[in-house]
Amino acid sequence: MPTPASTLTQPARATTRIVQLFRRGDHLLWISGGALALAVLLVAGLLLVVVRNALPAFWPFPVTAVDRADGAKLLGVVTATQSAYKGTPAQTQLRVGNRELTNADFIWVPTAQLTNFRTPADAVQIERQENGDFFGFLQRVEVKGLSVADGSAAWEKLLALQPGARALATQAKAIQLDGIGAINAKMQTAKLRLVSAQLRAGKNGAVDPALQATVDADLARLQAEYEKLRAESGALAAQAAETQAVFTTIGGEVKKIPLTAVVRAFRPNAMTTREKLAHYFSRAAEFVYGQPRESNTEGGVFPAIFGTVVMTILMSLVVTPFGVVAAFYLREYARQGLFVRLVRIAINNLAGVPSIVFGVFGLGFFVYFVGGGIDQIFFPEKTSLHLPTFGTGGILWASLTLALLTVPVVIVATEESIAAVPRGAREGSLALGASKFQTILNIVLPASVPGILTGVILAMARGAGEVAPLMITGVVKLAPDLPLDGSFPFVHLDRKFMHLGFHIFDMGFQPPNSEAAKPMVFTTTLLLITLVVLLNLFAIRLRDRLRRKYQASAF
Amino acid sequence: MPAPVPLPAPLGAPLATPKPGEGVSAPADAVPPKIRVHSLDFFYGAKQALHSVTLDIPAKRATAFIGPSGCGKSTLLRCFNRMNDLVDGVRHTGRILVGGQDIHVPNLDVIELRKRVGMVFQKSNPFPKSIYENVAYGLRIAGVTHKAALDNVVEKSLHRAALWDEAKDRLHESALGLSGGQQQRLCIARAIAVEPDVILMDEPCSALDPIATAKVEDLIHELKKEFTIVIVTHNMQQAARCSDRTAFFYLGKLVEYAETRTIFMNPANPQTEAYVSGRFG
Ligand SMILES: Nc1ncnc2c1ncn2[C@@H]1O[C@H](COP(=O)(O)OP(=O)(O)OP(=O)(O)O)[C@@H](O)[C@H]1O
Ligand SMILES: [Mg+2]
Repeated sequence: MPTPASTLTQPARATTRIVQLFRRGDHLLWISGGALALAVLLVAGLLLVVVRNALPAFWPFPVTAVDRADGAKLLGVVTATQSAYKGTPAQTQLRVGNRELTNADFIWVPTAQLTNFRTPADAVQIERQENGDFFGFLQRVEVKGLSVADGSAAWEKLLALQPGARALATQAKAIQLDGIGAINAKMQTAKLRLVSAQLRAGKNGAVDPALQATVDADLARLQAEYEKLRAESGALAAQAAETQAVFTTIGGEVKKIPLTAVVRAFRPNAMTTREKLAHYFSRAAEFVYGQPRESNTEGGVFPAIFGTVVMTILMSLVVTPFGVVAAFYLREYARQGLFVRLVRIAINNLAGVPSIVFGVFGLGFFVYFVGGGIDQIFFPEKTSLHLPTFGTGGILWASLTLALLTVPVVIVATEESIAAVPRGAREGSLALGASKFQTILNIVLPASVPGILTGVILAMARGAGEVAPLMITGVVKLAPDLPLDGSFPFVHLDRKFMHLGFHIFDMGFQPPNSEAAKPMVFTTTLLLITLVVLLNLFAIRLRDRLRRKYQASAF
Repeated sequence: MPAPVPLPAPLGAPLATPKPGEGVSAPADAVPPKIRVHSLDFFYGAKQALHSVTLDIPAKRATAFIGPSGCGKSTLLRCFNRMNDLVDGVRHTGRILVGGQDIHVPNLDVIELRKRVGMVFQKSNPFPKSIYENVAYGLRIAGVTHKAALDNVVEKSLHRAALWDEAKDRLHESALGLSGGQQQRLCIARAIAVEPDVILMDEPCSALDPIATAKVEDLIHELKKEFTIVIVTHNMQQAARCSDRTAFFYLGKLVEYAETRTIFMNPANPQTEAYVSGRFG
């Protein structure tokens, strides 16, 4: 108390302060404030951990050469150190790469055994198409087995030839994917024509010989085309592979690497900060825009980003009208009574059902029952060859399952915003001779749009982060095609897709080389968080614009 | 008070103004009744809000309902356009005729009734739309899409509601940006845009300052040339100033109903006299 003389002052006792705190009710303030602070701290901590682990993932750290006590020389990047604990001495973790030679990307060595740390300027780190990174020293560059550059000129030559070799390899791959893929699809169609003819003819009936002949001819022609393309692609690949870089490892082993396999070659110890930054952003861009490599532990996650966005949007498109219509019926048309109360309780409880239960339902109902039914009716010839179209997991079924999972959120939010529409506006409309439906459409619905969007935002946030139900309704580790592309009918709702959430799970727990995937787990997590935040920001902006439009004024 | 008379019940017949002197006892000034209420009892669930109310409201006149809070003025007013239908568990006995038509016959078109009987609420309730769209709302929901026709009606209604000069430059701005008094006049413009026969006003000035109130009162004087007006008010001066006839209600019963002059100068009932002179209520 500021003025001890005041008659309002409590008698001075040891407990006075505490007693006063409780008497004024301030302890509640402290408890609630503390709880909020804790919540903020947790969120900040989570972001910090993710960002801290994700950001250095693409940085070119120096390559260290070091001697081990047993006489071996090691070359690699120091990735972690561990101080001595009880009986275990201090240890250092090195990423030494060269997996096909050493069988281990990462090794732990007792720090005491390591001497003579140095960072040779000419140490080369190669990010390879396969087998992870390579560490070594460049000797020469060969074309068709003949040296074209060696010594200090070799490095320049390698940098000059690498893009061309990569381009050739990409071209060969494109022929394989697009050209050969298209031929395969055509062959499939031709075969299916035969099968459907067979189905029509019945079990013992014979297929029209003319049809049989045309299909055979088609197949032969396609087969020839296929052989030609394959030869073409093979020739390109062989031509590209003629250019090789010859390295020696620090142990003195010679290793030839075709330039087609070199994704990036760099000398971290000789790089300036500007070059390092350029390297960092080039890898970050590849991560966002590129295709995954090495069972998803390297390269990019673009298909997963794309799949997540498309799935979330599809889900919102389904859940919004469905939830809104259901809420309007519950609030405006249904007779309020025991039954409606029970329905409401059921809806609220639906939000608490474990998501995998929805996944199982989606698998049983959407995939097997609805999808299987569609296949029976519309794709009998494929079904008879056990080739499901809709009768297997796909982006449509995954989106519908998530829509079901999130519909309670939309219903509850919509009901609340309908209830918040002022009675005056409703009565004003009805008093002008509007029907109930017109009033709902013209007055109640526009006024409750911001509330509805709040529900959709929450639903999107929940849906985008959900993984378990997707794993059994359509997500795969590696999808050959995106759910939207240039081939007719452009939107392929039956396709399987990739998803960032599943990608994280897959990278963190499945790959042969989980140590190398660690930073990618965090970068992908950061990306998933960013994506959810972006989707939400978009919806929040939309809501605020609408809210300003319908804002009620106090007079 | 006119004695209760047997009322005609033209079931399903179109709404029509009864011809003057159509066999019923006309009010003192011989104006034909627009609304006739006959022994109306009204219940909210078990609670009775109106007790056997019988009265005739003359066409093209302003009629005021006065009485202490909770006496059932709003309830009666909301019976005239059947807004009470929106409340769960209401029921009534007795009859209400608007323009000769019983409004409780089963096949009555409530939407048509509400177009004929417009309403202005105590708290102004413009829609969160532009001024133009507020006034055009009634026509739009009735299916009018012709732009020129809408423009025409909007301008005319705003003129009649004495709002045109203030609103003509901001027709397409939100109505929520208007002042309270302007909003209330906008609600009046919105009500008259659909050309009703009757306008019901439930304490239209209770949230307005004296100047805005005076504007609305002037408006009532203008409007009663074309419309039948029923106004609920707690303001005795207002009732005295702008109504032709006044009905005094107490505890759900119609205590006295006569020419406004009579109610204020020479009331027959001592309760009325006590209320209008401000000694209770
Ligand atoms: N929706 C309702 N449900 C139950 N009772 C109601 C309802 N509306 C009004 N009442 C009751 O009916 C009686 C008459 O109400 P009403 O609103 O008609 O009074 P009023 O004369 O308009 O009063 P005020 O001058 O305060 O507006 C009151 O006792 C009120 O409590
Ligand atoms: Mg009232």
